[in-house]
Formats: sequence, C-alpha cells, structure tokens
Amino acid sequence: METIKLTIDNKEIDVPKGTTIQKAARELGIEIPTLCYMELHDLGIENKPAGCRICVAEVQGRRNLAPTCSTNCENGMVVKTHTPRVLNARRTVMEFILSDHPKDCLICPKSGDCELQTMAHRLGIRDIPGQEFAATSTYRKDTSPSIIRDLDKCILCRRCEMMCNDVQTVGALSAINRGFMATVAPAFEQNLEHSTCTYCGQCVAVCPTGALTEVNHVPSVLRALADPTKTVVVQTAPAVRVALGEEFGLAPGTIVTGKMTAALRALGFDYVFDTDFAADLTILEEGTELLDRLSRHLNGDTTARIPILTSCCPGWVNFFEKYFPDLKDVPSTAKSPQQMFGAIAKSYFAEKIGVNRKDMVVVSIMPCLAKKYECQREEFSVDGNPDVDYSISTRELAAFIKQANIDIKTLHDEDFDSPLGESTGASVIFGTTGGVIEAACRTAYEVYTGKKLERLDFTELRGMEGVRSATIDFNGLPVNIGIAHGLGNARKLLDDVRSGTSQFHAIEVMACPGGCIGGGGQPLHHGNSDVIRARAAALYAEDRSKPLRKSHENPFIVKLYEEFLEKPNSEKAHHLLHTHYFDKQKKIIIKH
Amino acid sequence: MSHIKIELRKEDVDFIKGVCTSFNNDPQELINVLHSCQEHFGYLPAEIQEVVSEGLNVPVAKIYGVVTFYSFFTMTPRGLHPISICLGTACYVRGAEKVLDEFKKELGIQVGESTKDNKFSLSSLRCVGACGLAPVVLVGDKTYGRVAPDDVKNILREYE
Ligand code: SF4
Ligand code: SF4
Ligand code: SF4
Ligand code: FES
Ligand code: FES
Repeated sequence: METIKLTIDNKEIDVPKGTTIQKAARELGIEIPTLCYMELHDLGIENKPAGCRICVAEVQGRRNLAPTCSTNCENGMVVKTHTPRVLNARRTVMEFILSDHPKDCLICPKSGDCELQTMAHRLGIRDIPGQEFAATSTYRKDTSPSIIRDLDKCILCRRCEMMCNDVQTVGALSAINRGFMATVAPAFEQNLEHSTCTYCGQCVAVCPTGALTEVNHVPSVLRALADPTKTVVVQTAPAVRVALGEEFGLAPGTIVTGKMTAALRALGFDYVFDTDFAADLTILEEGTELLDRLSRHLNGDTTARIPILTSCCPGWVNFFEKYFPDLKDVPSTAKSPQQMFGAIAKSYFAEKIGVNRKDMVVVSIMPCLAKKYECQREEFSVDGNPDVDYSISTRELAAFIKQANIDIKTLHDEDFDSPLGESTGASVIFGTTGGVIEAACRTAYEVYTGKKLERLDFTELRGMEGVRSATIDFNGLPVNIGIAHGLGNARKLLDDVRSGTSQFHAIEVMACPGGCIGGGGQPLHHGNSDVIRARAAALYAEDRSKPLRKSHENPFIVKLYEEFLEKPNSEKAHHLLHTHYFDKQKKIIIKH
Repeated sequence: MSHIKIELRKEDVDFIKGVCTSFNNDPQELINVLHSCQEHFGYLPAEIQEVVSEGLNVPVAKIYGVVTFYSFFTMTPRGLHPISICLGTACYVRGAEKVLDEFKKELGIQVGESTKDNKFSLSSLRCVGACGLAPVVLVGDKTYGRVAPDDVKNILREYE
C-alpha cells in the first residue's frame, strides 16, 4: 500500500494513502476535537458530512483551514492543529452553533453526557456575542412511545440521519428545510409515531446533544415503588449487566450483575428477577418451533415455512411489520423475553404469591428503546392491564441509582430472587449478535439428536461482521444459519427470503449494530466501538462462568413446564408465550 | 405544517409512475422527477411525494427533505395568478423584502400559501436575471420592475 509522509505539529508520520489528517493526528496522540464526525470502526459505520468545521487545522500553503475529519493526508503536508488562528476559528464555529441553541442545560436529559456541552467547555466558551441579533428557531417537541425529539437542540450533525438511512435503511428521518429552519424530521414533519420509525433507538444512541432522547419512565417506577398496595417486580436484560458499570466510571465490559441486583433491591423492588430466565424460556419455545418447522419441511410439508426468523427483538419486529408484511408468517411466533417474563410474572408467579395481577407492577430494565413501545402494544395486556408496565433503559437505571444515593461500586454482590431469577449461560449471550441462535443451537441440537453436545461454544456464529453464516452439523443434518445485526443487514437477508433464494433454515436478526449490547438505551459509546466489543466479550465470559449453559437444563424452567405450562408449544404456552404480527405498511390510498 | 389532503386518481398515480419510469426509476433523478410532477400538477402534495417514493425507492422523508430544501418546489397549489418576488442580491438590496411584506399584508398569506379563493399565491425566487429592474416581481408571465411597496395595491388591482 502506498504510504504518505507528512508532519503534524512538528512530528513526522507515515500513514497509508487515504488516511485523514484527523486519524493521522490521533496516531501521534494529538486529539483534534470533532463534533459532527463519528465512527464505529468495528461495525463499519462512519458519519462524515464535514458540516460543523470544529475539526479544522492549518495546512501550510493552503489559504483556507481544512476540516481534518474529511481531508486526506498528502505527501509533504505540514499541518498545525492548535495555532491561534485555528483556536479562533473553532471558537467562532462554536459560538455560531450555540447562538441558535437553547441554554437550559440545567434540566436537559443529556446534561453531563452531552458532546456539545463538553465541547463548549473544552473550547472555553463563556459568552456568546451577538446573541441579541440571533434568530432562535423553535420546533414543537415530539413525544412517541419510546423517543422524544426536541429539535431546538439539534445541531444538524446528521448522525441520526446516517444511522436511520444508511445503517438501518428505515429512512424515517431526513434533513429538511434550509437556513435557520433546517433540522432533521420524518416526512411532512409528522410525529415519529406516524412515521416508518422502528424505535430501534440508534438515532438516540448517536445524537451528540439533547435533541433525541428516550422517554423517561423513572418517575412512574418511583411512584409504583412508593405505593404500599403494589408488589413491584423487576427484570433485567442480559446486555444491561455488562454496560451499567460504565455509568459509574468502571471500564467497559465490567460485569456488575451482583451489584446491579443489590442496587435494585436497595431501590425497593420487591422481587429482583432476571429476563435471562425468560430468555431460557424463549429458547425452549422458539427452538421447539424451529425443530417442528424444520422436520415438517424436511418431510415435504410445504406449509412449513423455512427459514424461521428469530422474534426476540421488537425493533426488528417493527421493521418487518412495516417493510415486509408479506413475510409476517416467517418469523417465530415466540414473544420477546421481556414479554414472556411479563406474561409468566403476572400469571404463574402472581398466583404463586397470591397477588392479583392488577396489584403487581412489572418493570423491565432494558438496553433497548423499542421495548418501551413493545410493552405498550395492546396484544400484550389483559383487560387493559399490561404484562410489563414500564420499561426503563440502562441509562435511566443508572440515573435512578445515582438519584437514590446508592454507591454501586461499594455494594456487595447479591443474587437474583428465585424462581424467575435463575438462568443459564445460554440466556446471557442473548445480549450480543449471534447469541440467540447459538443458545437455540445448544438446545435444538440436543433435543433433535438426543445426544450430548461435545462443544458448547459455537465460535463460528460469533463476531461483528454485519451478515454472517455458518452450517451446523446436527448429527448428519446440515442446518444453515444466517445472522444479521443492524436492520440494513437484515434487509439483505429478507430480500432473499422474499425472492425465495434464501438458503438458510434459521436466521437471527437484531436491530441494533452489535445486538442489544449496542442498543439505543445503553450508556453512550460516543463513537468508540471498542466499548461494544468489550461488552460482547464480557457476555461470553459470563456465559463460561455459569454452571449450566443450556436453556433446557435450567431446573426452574423444567419446573415451570411441569407445574404450569405442560410442555413447549403446548396450548397454554401458545396462549401465554406466543403472539402474531400485523401488516403495518403505509399504503397510498388511491381513488379510482 | 400546512398540508392539503388530496386523493389521487388512478390516472394521476399512473402519470407519476410514468415519470419515474421515464427516468429509469433512478433515485439520482429525484429532482428531475419532482420537477416534472410539479409542472404537471402545479404543486407537490404529500400524496404525490409518496407515489414518487414508491417509484424511485427513496424514503419519503428524503423526498420531503428535498422539497423543503429547494424554494422552487411547493407543497401548496398555486393560485390562478402566482406572484413571485425576487429575493436575489440586487433585488434584496433595493428593498424586495419590504415589497414582499406588503404582498403578505395585502393578501393575508405567507410565502408558499395561496389565498382562500385560490386567486393569488405567493412565492419567492432567486435572481431572475433582470437585476437592472430590481426589485422584480412576477405575476404569472408578466414582469414588473422597480416595484416599491406602494405599487403593490395597484398591481393587485389589475387582477380584480
Ligand atoms: S429509532 Fe431507529 S428507525 Fe426510528 S428514527 Fe431512530 S434510527 Fe430511525
Ligand atoms: S437530532 Fe441529534 S443526531 Fe440528529 S442531526 Fe440533530 S444533533 Fe445530530
Ligand atoms: S437489538 Fe436489542 S436493543 Fe436493539 S432494538 Fe433489538 S432488542 Fe432492542
Ligand atoms: S467534525 Fe469535521 S467537520 Fe464536523
Ligand atoms: S436579484 Fe432580482 S433579478 Fe437579479
């Protein structure tokens, strides 16, 4: 590869051709500030509109300052990144951005974790001259079941647009208007709720400011906890335990399962349970469905649709309901673990402890914003009482713990309550791309072949590539597995399913890049994909540390079937643990 | 956002699909497709944008983004006498904005809107190449030069 020699801040460096000044500088340990630019290297995601001009530097011989995030290195270039001229330019850019930005940091949901706030601080802005002349644009606030859009705070970095269009191929958001009224919005400035949005939350995950945030359910949870007539039950998703620590200054990938459990108990939850229990249950339901469909298919039954698609990600469910409604009988009918948990908690468990479902409040802690919408879906309630009452994100839980003055770092590890807190290693890896299908393979293999699995780690299913495939040998029967994370990647596999050319027997889809560890409700990665990798590694480590690593070996799941559900895919299981999908495609009404 | 609910007839949909096909259903041709549609229908309501979205396989949000970015696209029907005021540099410097304000006041509408009786609609333009006559106003095909705010009433009277 051709190399380029240049000098940055009097230091010489060789870089491969095509390297930007910004990246070359970082190699030298020179941090040039960026705002609109964002990169998730491992996931192949990059936002480079060169719009904000915070990242400028002086290039000798050029009249204008160069945006370093989008200017490639050239041979013999001499770059200065922090000259007085550069600092002045950055200040001017920042003052311009701030002149049209609200100043209510005090009550902004992003305060303390906002890239714009950090930048203003870093550039030493204390005053914004010319304020009295600046026109401040105002937009109406838009609250959907999952996401709040407060576009007065938009700085038009267009990261959200890139995520929604290029990565997710949903296309719910686009830059609109020009000049001061320019912003990012759904078509016709409709509310997000009426757009094609899937609530994956990836726009929220990358927004540098308070323009896109999650709907905050902590106040409702607090009210339930303060109500003595309510039994409040909490469930925590697998991806939360490997990310929550980041909010308390712990390194990404630190496993805080025991501390999180202790904190939840300290917050006053009556029962601290684990969504992982429901993930094991999902494997039994979904795995049984897979084997049933597969064997019917192999016996020539044309009504058995293959491939089967996983259905545990509500962002993904929203996507196929809106874009591929013609395929709505292809995904598994199994509910997501969140909803399976709610259904069991408010039936089996409520009966066991003699509490009326109306007096039980089920709260979920999720890495996910789509779950907020999911738990409000009508089909997941009984006589108007939802199976899951509130879903709060990892970020919201962290804020809640801080609010209650709990020091998570000094808490002693505690265990989940029984019985809905018991889980296997298989359920833990649900939180990362490839994990659900690996967990399903562990169980399906043993059930199908009647043999004990020699090797539990299906490393061929792991990794961060957007689309992956592997063939697993089920004792002579080759089972073709497809995996996609990020909705744009899922779309590729779905197009093949639609056209009938798909070679897969089963496909796992997660809406978020990386899976739930990269979910829209997780601590912000601020464009560092190492964070996501560390979380994945932590989940696999937690899996290895578990004495039981196959869902069907979870003794409490076995007991649940014995006492209550009979067997996987029984009538009762179907009633409680399965769902159906709707055609939610937008249609143009044509008058003839 | 003001947006007029319309129902497209089958031949309208066929027309739009036809335009898309004539541009090979190429998303790169979005602006040209929108131009042709606006030429035919006079404006680009949401329903038309949705059909274009299907035809070119471009998200409707993107299309709305383009329609709101370029001032020559409009989402409201043009009046019988469309009035355009040049806001190019020369016209602007010579007081075009005051003229525009006067039109807004007289007609009781904003840029991009039309009067209730659909007689007049108001839009702004970039330099129309008649800078010598600045400020310039167009009503339909007719050009008015060196327009002052005081002239606005007289111009409108011509179309009574
Ligand atoms: S939540 Fe996902 S689908 Fe919805 S606007 Fe954001 S990125 Fe697009
Ligand atoms: S909403 Fe946020 S991510 Fe989107 S353009 Fe505005 S500031 Fe950037
Ligand atoms: S991948 Fe996980 S976090 Fe993302 S939408 Fe799906 S379930 Fe939610
Ligand atoms: S970070 Fe380079 S232009 Fe915005
Ligand atoms: S600026 Fe108005 S005609 Fe040129």
